[in-house]
Amino acid sequence: MTDTPPAIVVDRLVKVYQSGTAVAGISFALPVGSVTGLLGGNGAGKTTTIAMIMGLVTPTSGAVAVLGAEMPRQRYRVLHRMNFESPYVEMPMRLTVRQNLTVFARLYGVDGIPDRLRELADDLDLGDFLDRQTGKLSAGQKTRVALAKALLNRPEVLLLDEPTASLDPDTADWVRSHLERYRVARGATVLLASHNMGEVERLCERVIIMKRGRIEDDDTPAALLARYGRETLEEVFLDVARGRQNLEAAQ
Amino acid sequence: MSARGGTAPGISAYRIAAMVERYWYLLRSSWPRLLEIIYWPAVQMLTWGFLQLYVAQTDSFFARAGGTFIGAVLLWDILFRGQLGFSVSFLEEMWSRNLANLMMSPLRPAEFIAALMIMSVVRLLIGMIPVSLLAIAFFGFNLYGLGLALAAFFANLILTSWAVGIFVSGLVLRNGLGAENLAWTIMFIFLPLACVYYPVSVLPPFLQYVAWALPPTYVFEGMRALLIEHVFRADLMLQAFALNVVFFAAGALAFLRLLDSARRNGSLLQTGE
Repeated sequence: MTDTPPAIVVDRLVKVYQSGTAVAGISFALPVGSVTGLLGGNGAGKTTTIAMIMGLVTPTSGAVAVLGAEMPRQRYRVLHRMNFESPYVEMPMRLTVRQNLTVFARLYGVDGIPDRLRELADDLDLGDFLDRQTGKLSAGQKTRVALAKALLNRPEVLLLDEPTASLDPDTADWVRSHLERYRVARGATVLLASHNMGEVERLCERVIIMKRGRIEDDDTPAALLARYGRETLEEVFLDVARGRQNLEAAQ
Repeated sequence: MSARGGTAPGISAYRIAAMVERYWYLLRSSWPRLLEIIYWPAVQMLTWGFLQLYVAQTDSFFARAGGTFIGAVLLWDILFRGQLGFSVSFLEEMWSRNLANLMMSPLRPAEFIAALMIMSVVRLLIGMIPVSLLAIAFFGFNLYGLGLALAAFFANLILTSWAVGIFVSGLVLRNGLGAENLAWTIMFIFLPLACVYYPVSVLPPFLQYVAWALPPTYVFEGMRALLIEHVFRADLMLQAFALNVVFFAAGALAFLRLLDSARRNGSLLQTGE
């Protein structure tokens, strides 16, 4: 057994906005090299949780540590070792893909930028549109560019907020395959927030289900399926979302 | 200041240069935007220049005080365009929904601000150099003839413009694009109070106190002293600089407080209206 500290530690994390409580005291720890899915309906608190892990949102109480650094206070110790991708964050549309990626590569202190861009262009099949304006790309192409940005600095911790939202099944499958390959090759820790149960089932070895800011369940996909007596994670998710696990427990 | 990005522990010139490069790419990608930077200062300068010509024909004071209107317009544009150049570069991040990408990157707030300051000077020079050459061609007014005084005027005006730009950016960061209009209009409060086109003595006494609390007032008074009395008032420039230090520190502090507040209320995730 190794004593490697977890890559991400979330301890009794609370976030209260003026509009209400987004995250209500959650705790978990993600071991180095693990892939964890964060499941939950709209307003479950997934995005706020990820934002607090990234240091974009300050917790009301509780603590987050990433690679040993307390977030957001010590974020500059580790931001160059992390990255994220979300379809809700875009890159400047009038810049070409190459220009956008070059700027981010410089911000992250990537060595040998032209070589790294060539490598990513090959890996993610960006070659055809590397010199096209980012705003003129299709949704699938934009996702690949966002993924390239997220992988530019070969992050040890990768945070993904619905990485395949609005993609066609073929492109989504392609993105998942690439993430799987990256995780295996780099031993990266991945936290993935998603509505797509198939995606979570395929990529994640652990699933945390959130509802109204709380963790409703936390286990491996197989254990969750067994516990709820279901065939798919989607059915488990619906059970949790509609409170059926509580009903059954009461009966 | 360290030279490399990413892992650099302190302020990194490399990351600042990356941001400047990013804004430069943006600027050169759109010729209408480049044209817009020159267009309005040119229109302003021509309008006030011709008005000055007309007034000088009928009034001996203005005949002596050659160039005060054109000089005031050009210096006002340094103040106004300096702030606008800063704020527009910042707003580009909001418009393109790129802010979270930057805030999640190793880029420090101080590096972000430094890049915006550099871009405000770049945008200013793109606009001002052609317009100042037009002023020579049309009215024989040579801004560069002010010599070292111009450097003092420029330094003080650009410092004020940055202080205001930093403060407004903080407001937009905290309140979203609903606060965008402030970026376009806030500087106009300086137009009557900093006495751009007339001396401070014109104002009612209570407003004179307000005027002397604003760094640009000293610059415009200094410009009139130079053009009318042919005296360079170093004392005014030093007072303006002292006030600018206070303005800049207050702007930077407000920005950091507003950024902290934006992190607390989740505004960095929702940068729209």
